[in-house]
Amino acid sequence: MRLFRLAAVFAVAAAGLCVSASPSDAYTVYVSNEKGNSLTVIDSDTLQVLTTIPVGQRPRGIMLSKDDKTVLICASDSNTVQVLDVDTRQIVAELPSGPDPELLNIHPSGSPIYIANEDDNLLTVIDLNTKEVLAEISVGVEPEGVGVSPDGKTVVVTSETTNMAHFIDTETYEITDNVLVGTRPRFAEFTADGEQLWVTSEVAGTTTVIDAKTREIIKVIEFELPGVQQIYIQPVGVRVSRDRTKAFVALGPANHVAVIDAKTFEVEDYLLVGKRVWQLAFTPDQKLLFATNGNSNDVSVIDVPNLKVTKSIPTGVAPWGVTISRN
Amino acid sequence: MAAAWQCILAAGFLAVALVSPGPLLADDNGPPRTAKASEETALVSIGYLKQDVEEPIPLSRLNVKPDDLGIAGAKIALRDNNTTGQFTNQQFTLDIERVPVGGDAVAALQTLVQSGHRFVLVDAPAKTLLELADAVKGQDVLLFNVSAPEVSLRQEQCRANVLHTAPDLAMLADALGQYLVWKKWQRWLVVKGAYPEDRQYLEAVRRAAKRFGASIVEEREYESAPQARRSDTGQQLIQLQMPVFTQGAPSHDVLVVADRREIFGPYLPFRTWDPRPVAGTAGLKAMSWHPAHEQWGATQMQNRFQRFSGRFMQPLDHQAWIAVRAIGEAASRTGSAEYAPINAYIRGDKFDLAAFKGQKVTFREWDGQLRQPIIIAGTELPVSVSPQKGFLHEREEVDTLGIDAPESRCAFQ
Repeated sequence: MRLFRLAAVFAVAAAGLCVSASPSDAYTVYVSNEKGNSLTVIDSDTLQVLTTIPVGQRPRGIMLSKDDKTVLICASDSNTVQVLDVDTRQIVAELPSGPDPELLNIHPSGSPIYIANEDDNLLTVIDLNTKEVLAEISVGVEPEGVGVSPDGKTVVVTSETTNMAHFIDTETYEITDNVLVGTRPRFAEFTADGEQLWVTSEVAGTTTVIDAKTREIIKVIEFELPGVQQIYIQPVGVRVSRDRTKAFVALGPANHVAVIDAKTFEVEDYLLVGKRVWQLAFTPDQKLLFATNGNSNDVSVIDVPNLKVTKSIPTGVAPWGVTISRN
Repeated sequence: MAAAWQCILAAGFLAVALVSPGPLLADDNGPPRTAKASEETALVSIGYLKQDVEEPIPLSRLNVKPDDLGIAGAKIALRDNNTTGQFTNQQFTLDIERVPVGGDAVAALQTLVQSGHRFVLVDAPAKTLLELADAVKGQDVLLFNVSAPEVSLRQEQCRANVLHTAPDLAMLADALGQYLVWKKWQRWLVVKGAYPEDRQYLEAVRRAAKRFGASIVEEREYESAPQARRSDTGQQLIQLQMPVFTQGAPSHDVLVVADRREIFGPYLPFRTWDPRPVAGTAGLKAMSWHPAHEQWGATQMQNRFQRFSGRFMQPLDHQAWIAVRAIGEAASRTGSAEYAPINAYIRGDKFDLAAFKGQKVTFREWDGQLRQPIIIAGTELPVSVSPQKGFLHEREEVDTLGIDAPESRCAFQ
């Protein structure tokens, strides 16, 4: 640990010396390669791979810290959450996540972070500054998706075998509501206005929209793709645009991203991407959407205003998660 | 190895103790909003009936059956159900009746039924399963066949009060056959044992060959009587026997063995006259679960199971896990602990279960068989999962495995 602290000092020093010369609309895209044990770093402007960074074993869920200075990486088989300094591109810390972390999310204030431990039916809460475990909350079997409300008052974790979205009070760490959703819920995304929670169900093949206040189900969205058998429609990643006009759902082995009118919940289009499309991330200006394709080892770039897939960029082996920096 | 597992187990208990979720229990939260559970915790009693049978010692000591085979799978599913039950005010119990060789299985089932068990997992030979099903015919009792693979139980002998989580021999042979044909290993030399159960598997292999365009170049029977597993120099003898036994066969791509008692099959790989892969009941096998299967979230299942039982998860464990989870899923979805709604939900079109197989698993309405992808595996690693690409079906590709609706001869009694 001491070594990491030392590295962190160097990292800060190095960052001080660096001067970023990239234009304002160029963002940095980080993709975790589950089998490659690495992150692929992509420039969102040139759409070129900048570098590949070796990380821990089986990196899956990744997320930039709120200050964009570090990437938090669930290194599932290393049983830790690694902290990558984006300037030095070195791992500078490892957080006591508990076993097999898969997905995480961050409180709007920048800390704490919430980590789903699939093996232990726990949601682990860690102070990002002190790196101390603040709480371990017992939830349903195989917790996975973690959503945090924009006001920071509620964290939601989905449990894949219990098939629920558990609403947890971030002050008391108590579960206040349990909402049954479709089988194998994978991902939970609050809308930017905090009014809705979108939950994808991989095995049921549906996406459930929940009223974040009443915790009642508003809509269960179903998908239908000509030529694709229903069982292969397996929703995983979901993102809702900031103005809540469009939602995008990655359909796994159906190899398409569904485009949904987020007001009427009608599915408007299906965009063909790579094989087994998994997670999604917008660029900060929401002009581009990146989709990870686990079985074709690439990411698809979607032009959001025109709803077109414009490019496919090769990554490491089995890309899983994606997060995009403001700079 | 044992010490390491104990260590992990202890750590698990410690973790549970540390987080002991007093304020998070369902009682303190009131009923969940969507599960419609009452304030009282509702009890679902599940039975597990295991009929012990006399079996030969496996040729490999690696394959000696653990004493809790199947039972451990049911127990961990029970724990999964009860974790969910915290949030739905439902509690599940599992009571095990073990019937000794020659014991009265029907009496054991009656004991379970009289003490309120409406859902009973059965690990018993086909004949016993039928006796059990007939003994509780017309009662509010649902049996889950977790082990018997006989096709007849899903065809002319099918019973309305039985659902099958064990794949049948036709599904297993079809799954393997699809993979062999996908590999373009279409010429099969079939080597068969002399027992009735070998004939059943043989029929499934012949059917698979016919369905998927393979040809059986010869069927050759292994006639020697079973021998003691070990002798001090036995391997030398086998090394001479097996090449001779497989000598002079017509050209073939793969040797398919039908030897369910494992009297000689496991001796075939690497000892055949022609250098050909071995598949069937030995070598490359079709199965519902493999201890090294790690796709589709299975890693978590394997980890949980190993921590819980201190051994690897085997097919029978997974088949029992599915049965108990099906009951739990139906109870949580219907908000009921009663027989009728749970039974109806499991059989209905809303039911689906995530079973780490890459797609939902459901029960076929025409014969009560669980439709599920089948793993094709060698000893150490899975090789593939069937159905294979290109074997098409009008509704669900997984229904290319086993007896499809148009071929079904099941008229539920």
